[in-house]
Amino acid sequence: MTNVPTRSWADTPELVGRPKKAIPEGLWIRCPECAAILFRRSVENNLWVCPDCQYHFRINAVQRVKQLCDPGSFEPFNEDMKPADPLNFVDLKPYKDRIKAAQKSTGQNDGVHTGTGFIKGRKAVLAVMDFFFLGGSMGSVIGEKITQAIEVAADGDLPLVIVSASGGARMMESGFSLMQMAKTSAALARFDDMGGLFISVLTDPTTGGVTASFAMLGDVILAEPKALIGFAGPRVIQQTIRQELPEGFQRAEFLRDCGFVDRVVPRSDLRSEIGSIIDYAGK
Amino acid sequence: MANGYTGSYTLAFEQPVTDLEEQIKRLTARDDAESYSDELTSLRSSRDSLLAKLYTDLNPWDTVRVARHPARPQTSDYIAAMCRDFRELHGDRHFGDDPAIITGLGRIGPHKVMIVGHQKGKSTQEKIACHFGCAHPEGYRKALLKMKLAEKFNLPIVTFIDTPGAYPGIKAEERGQAEAIAVNLREMARIKTPIVSVVIGEGGSGGALGIGVADRVGMLEYSWYSVISPEGCAAILWKAANEETNRAAAEGLALTARDNMKNGLIDEVIKEPLGGAHRDAHGAAELLQRWVVERLRELKRFKPQTLVERRYQKFRTIGKIEGSPAN
Repeated sequence: MTNVPTRSWADTPELVGRPKKAIPEGLWIRCPECAAILFRRSVENNLWVCPDCQYHFRINAVQRVKQLCDPGSFEPFNEDMKPADPLNFVDLKPYKDRIKAAQKSTGQNDGVHTGTGFIKGRKAVLAVMDFFFLGGSMGSVIGEKITQAIEVAADGDLPLVIVSASGGARMMESGFSLMQMAKTSAALARFDDMGGLFISVLTDPTTGGVTASFAMLGDVILAEPKALIGFAGPRVIQQTIRQELPEGFQRAEFLRDCGFVDRVVPRSDLRSEIGSIIDYAGK
Repeated sequence: MANGYTGSYTLAFEQPVTDLEEQIKRLTARDDAESYSDELTSLRSSRDSLLAKLYTDLNPWDTVRVARHPARPQTSDYIAAMCRDFRELHGDRHFGDDPAIITGLGRIGPHKVMIVGHQKGKSTQEKIACHFGCAHPEGYRKALLKMKLAEKFNLPIVTFIDTPGAYPGIKAEERGQAEAIAVNLREMARIKTPIVSVVIGEGGSGGALGIGVADRVGMLEYSWYSVISPEGCAAILWKAANEETNRAAAEGLALTARDNMKNGLIDEVIKEPLGGAHRDAHGAAELLQRWVVERLRELKRFKPQTLVERRYQKFRTIGKIEGSPAN
């Protein structure tokens, strides 16, 4: 009898050996990829990309929105939506405490920002996930906010841009979390029926239930260089097959070569790429 | 034999029942068994009341074990028991046939339907071929292709869910496991023909939901359905999967039919025979068939647009946020 654990948010950070916390404070930071010691402000000015090796640091939703939207154009909605604890879930810690801790450390209510904004002058609906809030795991709040973002885009005939960063489903909401996959995908079916344009941007990491729902349903799917993208996490796969995983497996470039990502786009080009796709789709 | 599982696999909590059954077997085997008819009747009734008691108080972790019982009926068993003239359709038209998902045309009662179901495998050989019910992308794509075929000819769709999860492997990732499931979720949401789904054993995460976006979703009484297996959850949140943490995870995940029903995530719990489907496959198939036939009869009354709208609303309203009303 096999028991196959599915992807979950807690799977990724240690595994990839990348910082679990948001970018550390201090004047100098070390690049996790090439180990170069970098002047913090020079990295910040480079959109959080290492000037030496082009490593794309994980960034939070606030930073992402700032990078993508024309200055001051982002108008958030559903900012106050907060997670509940429908199952009174307690593992080594109560879920309620995990929520509080995440809210405190990120200053956010949950792991996604939604709103309207202008991207190089084109109005769009934007949903940006935040990996630093419980690994960007999708519970009811993320499912609901994404779904409402899709609906706002549908109502206003606006292009929809979702930037994913998630370890997958939020286990502490169990079935409620699972059904968000169906809910968001169903909303995208309607949006598709009415001719809506959906640009899905996959960033490091995008795995599990988020990949297996809205993230893979873009009309155009873009990914940041070397982003980890997959259904099952590398650790789970390794445990199942008991083999070394090939070099570059489940990275953005691998997904492109397998036919599941349209373009690997460096962060510096993301705004203009999104803008030009919107133009082509006549939205 | 009703209520009398004769296989060699015994669940720990069922040991007292197995002991009683052993006694019954020994008595019936005797040449003078007839003279013990009173004793036999009494033993059988003790066994039945013991079974009833055990299965009424079944905890979530034991429920998972029942759901994985090797003698528990699988999709192929239900098809054999419920369908006249089943015609399996193998082709996914893209890559190859995944035996972990069976699809085909069949009649259930008065209804001509398209059947889609996970298959775990019965023999060792079949289990390996089926990856123990863990489907690959081509399985999900075959399922969708056949569901679209059903839509074209206005046939209702019946899906049997029984998987620990979609297969996590190199080839599965290369061929787009996530994309295959995502597309199924989106497309099932807009298929213009009735869909009923039943979790017959294990409902493991996205791999289960990938054939489960239905107008009516039922769970057999001793099946489980959750975002992750208890072991997977324990390994991640408790940092170790063992008897104790698996049990705790199974409880926390609210994965039983009753809990999923209470949380509004499924529409119905379907009764199993006394002591679980593995004791009486035939009885389980009868109960399930009755449910499927009745639900299809109801769903066929809806216009396609109404059907799709109702299905949409059903999933649209799932989720609990702070301050939202209880389901």
